[in-house]
Amino acid sequence: MSSRKQLSGVNNVMTQVRGWLYLLPALLFLIAFMVYPLIDVFVYSYQEGFNSASQTSFGIGLYNYKYILRDPYFLKAVKNTFILVIITVPVSTGLSLLISLGLSSIQKLKNMFQTIFFLPYVTNTLAVGLVFMILFRKTPYTDGLVNLLIGKFGISPIDFIDGPYWAKMLVLSIYVIWIVMPFKILILTSALASVPEVYYQSAKIDGTSSWRVFWRITLPMISPMIFYLVITGFIGAFKAYSDAVAIFGVNLNAADMNTIVGYVYDMLYGDGGGYPSYASAAAIVLFAIVLTITVINLIVSRKATDNT
Amino acid sequence: MNVKLEGITKVFPNRDRKDKTGVVAVRDFSIDIPDGELVCLLGPSGCGKSTLLYMICGLESPTEGKVFFGETDVTDIPSEKRGVGLVFQNYALYPHLTVRQNIRFPLENLKGSDKLTREDMEDKVLEAAKIVQIDGLLDRKPGQLSGGQQQRVAIARALVKMPKVLLMDEPLSNLDARLRLQTREEIRRIQRQTGITTIFVTHDQEEAMSISDRIVVMRDGVLHQIGHPQDVYNDPANMFVACFLGTPAVNVFNGEIKRGGLYIGNERVMDVNGVKEMPVWVGVRPEGFIPDPEGAFTCDLNGVDVLGRDISVVCSHKSCESVIRTIVSAESEVDCESKTVKFNLKPNKTYIFDKESEERIRFS
Amino acid sequence: MRFKRPIIYFFLSIWAIIVLFPFYWMVLTSFKSYASYAGERIPKFIATNPTLENYTSAFTAVPLAKYFANTLIFTLVTTGLMVAVIIFAAYAFARINFRGRHLMFVMFLALMMIPNELVIITNFVTITDLGMRNSFAGLILPSVTSVFYIYLLKENFEQVPDELYYAAKVDGTSDIKYLFKVMVPMCRPTIITVIILKVIECWNSYVWPRLITDDPNFFLVSNGIQEIRENGFGRDNIPAMMAAVVAVSVPLIVLFLIFRKKIMAGVSREGIKG
Repeated sequence: MSSRKQLSGVNNVMTQVRGWLYLLPALLFLIAFMVYPLIDVFVYSYQEGFNSASQTSFGIGLYNYKYILRDPYFLKAVKNTFILVIITVPVSTGLSLLISLGLSSIQKLKNMFQTIFFLPYVTNTLAVGLVFMILFRKTPYTDGLVNLLIGKFGISPIDFIDGPYWAKMLVLSIYVIWIVMPFKILILTSALASVPEVYYQSAKIDGTSSWRVFWRITLPMISPMIFYLVITGFIGAFKAYSDAVAIFGVNLNAADMNTIVGYVYDMLYGDGGGYPSYASAAAIVLFAIVLTITVINLIVSRKATDNT
Repeated sequence: MNVKLEGITKVFPNRDRKDKTGVVAVRDFSIDIPDGELVCLLGPSGCGKSTLLYMICGLESPTEGKVFFGETDVTDIPSEKRGVGLVFQNYALYPHLTVRQNIRFPLENLKGSDKLTREDMEDKVLEAAKIVQIDGLLDRKPGQLSGGQQQRVAIARALVKMPKVLLMDEPLSNLDARLRLQTREEIRRIQRQTGITTIFVTHDQEEAMSISDRIVVMRDGVLHQIGHPQDVYNDPANMFVACFLGTPAVNVFNGEIKRGGLYIGNERVMDVNGVKEMPVWVGVRPEGFIPDPEGAFTCDLNGVDVLGRDISVVCSHKSCESVIRTIVSAESEVDCESKTVKFNLKPNKTYIFDKESEERIRFS
Repeated sequence: MRFKRPIIYFFLSIWAIIVLFPFYWMVLTSFKSYASYAGERIPKFIATNPTLENYTSAFTAVPLAKYFANTLIFTLVTTGLMVAVIIFAAYAFARINFRGRHLMFVMFLALMMIPNELVIITNFVTITDLGMRNSFAGLILPSVTSVFYIYLLKENFEQVPDELYYAAKVDGTSDIKYLFKVMVPMCRPTIITVIILKVIECWNSYVWPRLITDDPNFFLVSNGIQEIRENGFGRDNIPAMMAAVVAVSVPLIVLFLIFRKKIMAGVSREGIKG
């Protein structure tokens, strides 16, 4: 058999039927829970004054978009999300690159470190968020462990959970970084491991300094993976939500820490909920932002890889 | 069970949807394979021999034509109901099953009145394993066996249902040279022992020559010649068959028929009767050269290789594009110092072909 | 390079401490009695009088056992259904030559780009309209397919040589038997990886269950933790909360330590999908 030809077989009608039959369950679920909702979310977003109780709407138009773009809660959520993205993506990517470089230059205990570093990936976001909360929290009874620690450097105690905006943003960013690091370390470590040893050996023979080896060999070789991590990092960080809930509780608006996704869910459900139209409009705005950022990222990464 | 193909044509749809013509893999192919014979489908890769095999076993259906097993038209019968066994180049054993489970696998599919009890299955598995002499390996996994052993397991799996026809698709090609020879003998023995009509696909002419009762030479989906191996070798129907069979290969010269003789260059190398005057291809088997200081055909001598029993005189000639390899008896006198060497050609080892059609031109 | 080794180990150890510390702290706190925890103005790094009372109250004062049972049912049923669905779909794509196969596959791949946040709104409305809020059906149904896992398994199925299929066909093996007797056992490593990754995903899922359940009888552990946090133990009983957090985290950590290699390989495969 030279090429990978599909056999025509003898009972062809049966093949057709069987193919679709095997595919049917997946197809039904995908249509019901992905394709239809995808169309519907756009419909919702243009239906004005949709009321989920009475299933009625006034008409079609851009009102929902105009509403959310004037809604201070939405604007706050957008601002929070952008700040979170701008802090966490570069920090987590840079940090994970450093850690991966460290990991790939040791042999002893490497496995143990890798295992430990991966742990946050398999933990329940909500559960560990609670731990972060108590570590950072300041209550009338205790300043909390973190305050105790920074107190050693002469900084007066801050309430990171119910206190100033930037303190809260800092905790959230730290937690998000803590959560996303395992994936990035894993990807970068395997990217580094896949750089052929011969490059390093020939550089060694040429007497290239390790600094130069990093900039001229390692980094260009793994740059596609770094760009990939940056892109997925942006996408993931824009969708941040449960991390914030884990630390500040479900009422994110009260905590001034809501995110775009949080806004979507608040519009959909809960005390302020029942507005799928606003939720849809917000979700589509989020998707548009993510798409734009991804496209920009792709263009930048292509330019950058072309130049090297 | 004799197998008959009638006017089989197979057209694969072209990848380019607009091109409706498609690729013709097999064209108007008819053969009749007698019961109990081992027949080789021989041809270069891509000649459609595997496709033909798949049509015989029912994995592919022909675009046109019919397949008969005995008197029954099986063209529209699915492969599992045809009673065929199939052996592949890469063995196609199930890696997660033991040898025993692999051989038993086909038996577990039998339904209705054919259904076997556990004990019957075990007996049949053991019987098949004994035929191919792997009954000591039944509880191993395929990964623990050598290539040759794996191929025997695959043969046992194909035999266990006692197929009416055994089909083998390049079964020896993945084996190393020594195992290939050994397994080749083994297949021959098993076929003789079971008497199952066997169709064997290969691109290796030596393998085909040594193993088969009959070889079918094909190229580009077209049947070129069918016959007993020695007959096809001695009496090729056209230039392709002549060139494809035999090592070293036939030496091909530009020649011409004129004035009742065959000319290569300016030399009249042989008398030829009953052929009209025209330019021709001349094919001479390596063993068709007889060194003779008075010979009619002069070549430039390149060297002499001693092969033991025989010697090979390597020479060149301006009418031949490649190096001429001859095999002559060791007693022949060849002057290694000389620049040229003269031969006479054996008429029965010299073939003449039409320049256009490359068909054989017979002469007396 | 050699003189740098200690520095590298130093920094790696610091990150290891940052990663491990929350785990240490939750375990530590869970063994402190409420009284001693409340009395520590400066938190202590060891529990002087370790106690298991927090674990007792975690499973008695709040329905943590119920949350566990719910999560277990949710995880098992979702994973089981998903594996069945994706095996059939991947087999259809990898092995059955039906018309429209390539087009369908491209459309499936396109669905991989769709963010969950975009479709969750309608799914919420659909499940609500179907009256499936606060039911396992409502929790499970939207997550029993995964285009990515279908893709992953299809790739793996395609690595099984065609000849095995032909051999099986000639022997009269039905497609379904071939699928379960040959393909599935041969691709077991991939299927196990998919199962583990899905179990992790199910165990940690929070957003969808939160939208679709408000009856604590159907809460999963994530929602349970949130519920404990908001309305908890009647008072701000941090040690008991930490006991609940430990209980929720342990199963996955154990799973991870057992299947460490598989999980990490599977996740890095997932990473390459982009």
